[in-house]
Amino acid sequence: MEANGGDSSEIVRELEALKLRKSEIEHRISTLEAKLQETTAAVEPCDAVSNGYSSPSSPAIEHGLEHGLSPDQIYRYSRQLLLPSFGVEAQSSLLKSSVLVIGAGGLGSPALLYLAACGVGRLGIIDHDVVELNNMHRQIIHTEAFIGHPKVKSAAAACRSVNSTIKIDEHVEALRTSNALEILSQYDIIVDATDNPPSRYMISDCCVLLGKPLVSGAALGMEGQLTVYNHNGGPCYRCLFPTPPPTTACQRCSDSGVLGVVPGVIGCLQALETIKLASMVGEPLSERMLLFDALSARVRVVKIRGRSAQCVVCGDNSSFKKQQFKNFDYEDFTQFPLTAGPLNLLPTESRISSKEFKEILQKKERHVLLDVRPSHHYKIVSLPDSLNIPLANLEARINELTSAVKEKEDGHVNTGSFTNPSLYVVCRRGNDSQIAVQYLRESGFDSAKDIIGGLEAWATDVNPSFPTY
Amino acid sequence: MQLTLEFGGGLELLCESVKIHKVNVDLPDGVDNLNMKHLLSWVRTNLIKERPEMFMKGDTVRPGVLVLVNDCDWELSGQLDTAIEEKDVIVFISTLHGG
Ligand SMILES: [Zn+2]
Repeated sequence: MEANGGDSSEIVRELEALKLRKSEIEHRISTLEAKLQETTAAVEPCDAVSNGYSSPSSPAIEHGLEHGLSPDQIYRYSRQLLLPSFGVEAQSSLLKSSVLVIGAGGLGSPALLYLAACGVGRLGIIDHDVVELNNMHRQIIHTEAFIGHPKVKSAAAACRSVNSTIKIDEHVEALRTSNALEILSQYDIIVDATDNPPSRYMISDCCVLLGKPLVSGAALGMEGQLTVYNHNGGPCYRCLFPTPPPTTACQRCSDSGVLGVVPGVIGCLQALETIKLASMVGEPLSERMLLFDALSARVRVVKIRGRSAQCVVCGDNSSFKKQQFKNFDYEDFTQFPLTAGPLNLLPTESRISSKEFKEILQKKERHVLLDVRPSHHYKIVSLPDSLNIPLANLEARINELTSAVKEKEDGHVNTGSFTNPSLYVVCRRGNDSQIAVQYLRESGFDSAKDIIGGLEAWATDVNPSFPTY
Repeated sequence: MQLTLEFGGGLELLCESVKIHKVNVDLPDGVDNLNMKHLLSWVRTNLIKERPEMFMKGDTVRPGVLVLVNDCDWELSGQLDTAIEEKDVIVFISTLHGG
C-alpha cells in the first residue's frame, strides 16, 4: 500500500509538470504564430494564408479594399461583415480600437473571449490574482493547467489561441490609484469586471478624468446588473451612487456564492456593449440599466438618471483632478478593505486554537461545539457532534444552546461531578465565532470560547483532508 | 390601491426572501394622493421583517439602493415626492458589486 501511494503521488506530480510544460509550449506557439502573422502581414498582406483560405498574393489595394481589411481578416470576420447592421465599416473600427478589461474572473472570462474572437485590435487584461480550483466553475477562460498561475497569463494564452492576430497586453498587477491613470489612458474603452466597491469607484473616477466610456457589469448569487457609464454626457458611477453602501450590504461571491453562468451572461453582455461602442453601432446602454434575474428568467431594462450637475467627480463644479485621484483612499471611502485581515474582538483567554481543540477532542473533555455558520454552509461540511445555530438566529434560538449545555451537565451528574461543560464556537474563518462568543458571554455563557481561524484553520493545521470551500 | 412591489439584489432577504409582493395600500389619514414617502413608510412597517437599516436610512432608502417606479429611476420623477397611482410597479434593488 505504502509503495502504491508513493507511486501515485509521483504520477500526479509528473502529470502536473507535463501539463504545465504543455501550456507553456502552447503559449509559445501562439506567440510565434502571432509574430509570424504580424511580420508577413507587414511585408505582404496576403501571404499569411490561414485554414481554408487561399488567394493569389497581391496587396489589398489591388482589390480596391479601402477599408484596410486583409483577405485573411475578411475571411475570419466574414459572418460579421455579412451583417447589414454591422458590416465592413464597423469591423474596420473594431480592428482599430483598444479595450482594457479589468478583472479576468467570472465577468472578464466570457468578455475577454468574445472581444478577442470578434477582432478588437488591442486587448488589455489586468488582474493580480492567480487561478484557483474554486474559480473554475465560472471563470471559464482558465484551464486546470493554469491553477496557481497568474490569471492574466492564463487569460492571454486563451485569447491568443482563439485569435492570434490581435495584440494582447498583459498587466499582471493590481489596479491602484498610482498606476490607474497611466494604464487606462492607453485604451479607448474600459470594461469593469471587478468584484468590489473600492475598485468600482476608482475605475469610474479614473474614466471620468480620462474621458473614457466604462462598460460596467456585476453579478452575485442569481442576479446580474449591467450599464454603460460616462458615455456621451451620461452619468458616472458616482452620479448613481454618490454615497457608498454600508459594508454589510456588500456581499462577496466568496461568501454569498454565485451560479457560474450568471456572471457569464453579464460578461457576454459587457462584450456586446463594448463591441457596439468600439464599432459605433446601435444604441449603447447609457442612462439605462439592465437587470437580470436568473431564477425567474427575467430581464428588465430600466431608465436611470442622467449625469448629475452636483456629482463631486463629473459634476459642473467638480474640483476632482488627477492629483486628488492619486491621493484618494478608496478602501477608506467605501470602508471595504481589499485585503481583509481577521477580526480581533476577544481577549486571548476567550479563544483557543484549532490544535488545542483537537486535544480537547482526543481527551474526550465534556464540551458543546456550536457552529454559527448559515445552515446551507453547515450542510456542505461540518465537524462531528456540533450544534448548528446560525449567528443571525442565535438570540432567537438561545434555548437550544441552553438545553444542549444542560444535557452535557446532566449526563455527568450521574458520575457525581458538577463542573460546567465548556462551550466552543466555530464558524468558517473565525470572525462570526468571535461575535457569537461576545454575545454569549454577555448572556451568561461565561465559558464560551471561539476556535481561532474557524474551519479553515482546522483544515490547515489539524486535518488537511477536511474540505474547504 | 393595488400596487406591485419588487425587491432585488439581496433586499428580498429583508422580506422573507419573497421578491414580488402584490399589495393593497390604503391612503394614510388626511392624505389625498399617495407618494413614495408614504409608500416607503408603509413598506417599512408592513413588509420589512428584519434589519430595517439595510433598507432605509432616515426617511429615504439607504445608499446603494435604486428605486424604480414603472421601470424608471425615481430621481427622474421627484424621488420621495413621486406620485403613486393604481397598478404602479415599484422596484427596490440593491446595487451588486460581485463578479
Ligand atoms: Zn458623476
